[in-house]
Amino acid sequence: MKFIDEFRDVELAKKVIDRIGKISTRPVRLMEFCGGHTVSIMRSGLRQLLPPTVEMLSGPGCPVCVTANADIDRAIALANLPDTIVTSFGDMMRVPGSYSSLQHARAAEADIRVVYSTQDTLQIAKENPAQSVIFIGIGFETTAPTIAASILQAEAEGIKNYYVLCLSKLCPPIMKALLDLGELKLDGIVCPGHVSVIIGSRPYEFIPREYGVACVVSGFEPLDILLSVEMLVSQIETGKPRVEIAYLRSVSPSGNKIALELMDRVFEVGSADWRGIGVVPASGLKIRKKFARFDAEQAFSITTKPVVEPKGCICGDILRGVKTPLDCKLFNKACTPEHPVGPCMVSSEGSCAAYHQYGANDER
Amino acid sequence: MKDEAILLAHGSGSRLSHNLIEKYLLPPLTNPLLARLDDSAVFDLAGRLAFTTDSYVVSPIFFPGGDIGKLAVCGTVNDLSMSGAKPLYLSLSFIIEEGLTLSELKKVLESVKAAAEEAEVKIVTGDTKVVNRGSADKIFINTSGIGLIPEGVDISGANARVGDKIILSGAVGDHGIAVMSQREGIKFSVPVKSDCAPLNRLVAEMLEASRQIHSLRDPTRGGLATTLNEFAEQSGIGITIEENRIPIHEAVRGACELLGLDPLYVANEGKLVAVVASDDAAGILAKMKRNKYGTKAAIIGEVTDQHKGKVILKTRLGASRILDMLSGELLPRIC
Repeated sequence: MKFIDEFRDVELAKKVIDRIGKISTRPVRLMEFCGGHTVSIMRSGLRQLLPPTVEMLSGPGCPVCVTANADIDRAIALANLPDTIVTSFGDMMRVPGSYSSLQHARAAEADIRVVYSTQDTLQIAKENPAQSVIFIGIGFETTAPTIAASILQAEAEGIKNYYVLCLSKLCPPIMKALLDLGELKLDGIVCPGHVSVIIGSRPYEFIPREYGVACVVSGFEPLDILLSVEMLVSQIETGKPRVEIAYLRSVSPSGNKIALELMDRVFEVGSADWRGIGVVPASGLKIRKKFARFDAEQAFSITTKPVVEPKGCICGDILRGVKTPLDCKLFNKACTPEHPVGPCMVSSEGSCAAYHQYGANDER
Repeated sequence: MKDEAILLAHGSGSRLSHNLIEKYLLPPLTNPLLARLDDSAVFDLAGRLAFTTDSYVVSPIFFPGGDIGKLAVCGTVNDLSMSGAKPLYLSLSFIIEEGLTLSELKKVLESVKAAAEEAEVKIVTGDTKVVNRGSADKIFINTSGIGLIPEGVDISGANARVGDKIILSGAVGDHGIAVMSQREGIKFSVPVKSDCAPLNRLVAEMLEASRQIHSLRDPTRGGLATTLNEFAEQSGIGITIEENRIPIHEAVRGACELLGLDPLYVANEGKLVAVVASDDAAGILAKMKRNKYGTKAAIIGEVTDQHKGKVILKTRLGASRILDMLSGELLPRIC
């Protein structure tokens, strides 16, 4: 299949792996930022094929996983309001909050619907004018433009019952926060692919400049990731960390101007609460005052009980790359995809779910 | 003719019920056993019997390549076939939500008729209930089936043996993607059609080639991955399969990439997985390839005494990983 098979070509992959082996002279520690990268690496078994000098850590790039318990509790509280329909991406349904999950709230008669996009939500809003329809807006820069567009569309079409609980988060600030924590001693980062389609590669330039860490923007196919690893190893071996793009078929240095303008019209930068990391200033998006009537936080008053974090769950450490799912006492015991304790076991892009689903034989 | 709707009264045992049965339900399906209209179908059978039941609640009820009527016959025919039985008689039971149009019901019945004719099974007994709007989703169907197992056939998920070959009868994922794309309004340049089909003749032909067929299953919900895991667990053996030998249609691969699904977990309704003795594998495969439902059949792996209870997939890149059972629902990706 075009655009798929070329990027899974066995012979090419072997060549790139050989080349990495030849240029890699010392151990390097790389982080693949995206959950999508982690899944692709696990699914194709790349970890087994890379030379032993290359260590790959999974990063926090799974929007469901980094959603804080407090925010899940708020989403559930909104769903429990009368005359309200809450819409959410599928993966969010099963994430346990402090006391319940959207899935359990739905079983207890809250009207919660799974959607693929904000467009589906707008449609539901049009079909149910007597009810408030609230979209749980999680995601990174990839999804933020579509949320912005939906708010502008609702305004243009006079859809008065559409709201967004805006939980959008930004990637470069959280990379900075992780580097500032200094727990990891990273040599290089496999930078997000789809996020970079929107923001371009320039926002990562502070990373090599200020932290001396190599950066390569990567696609999600096995060959994309192998090429990115090769470029990172080469940068590190030659002592010249910089930002490069291995995902040239989709990403440019300056990103998608139209999408960025849309985001800027509707959102302003604010703090965001990240699971495992906490509240990080200037790492999220808030709806601007001008569009406050679409902002679920402004429009509805809800109260939530104090946040409770699940006992023994190390999702936070896993999201920071400090630990792997195999370090967790609950992994595959108390915590399974059927009975998830933390979000990393729920999301299809969560590290724990990927390790559970695709775990190599010797790791189980 | 005006398109009448099914009313609660159609299920009440009144004259309306009788009319519905005599005018619409019986004519397409009739046969001497059904036509007696007694409380039970009565017939003689001698030998080892296979007996199975399944309920069909697919939404939407019409999808590319089939509908709930075809599915209800093929599903039960296939369940019987997977025990090596020759399917003979089916029951057919409708739970209809009031408001279903008569033309929709007739369309479903036509499909039941066509599928039953192809599979050479007779509908010998049935029932119709109508429930309030909202108590069902248009129409639910239950079918049960009885089949006769030929002499010397012993097929079970627990019978896989070390050294056996795994044969897959064709491309996976068609049914799940056809239904999902219909539900989500996704259009493809080459439409994906459900593979829904009766497999009894294919199985009969395989058994003509060899009686050394140890396990058979149709990978419906949970897909190929789940079926292989069931074999590994039930037989207490390990299974190794090779990713690049598994046939998958181009459009299905594309849809799976788009929706964030793994085709190995997507449902099929006209495919089977067979675990067969190594020596007879080539003969069985050759026979399968001559049947229209097995033209793309392929040996995709084998049974081993390693990693008992687990399925290992050799990836295209030559690495190996666990192919686990499906966990929870299939959910779309979000970014």
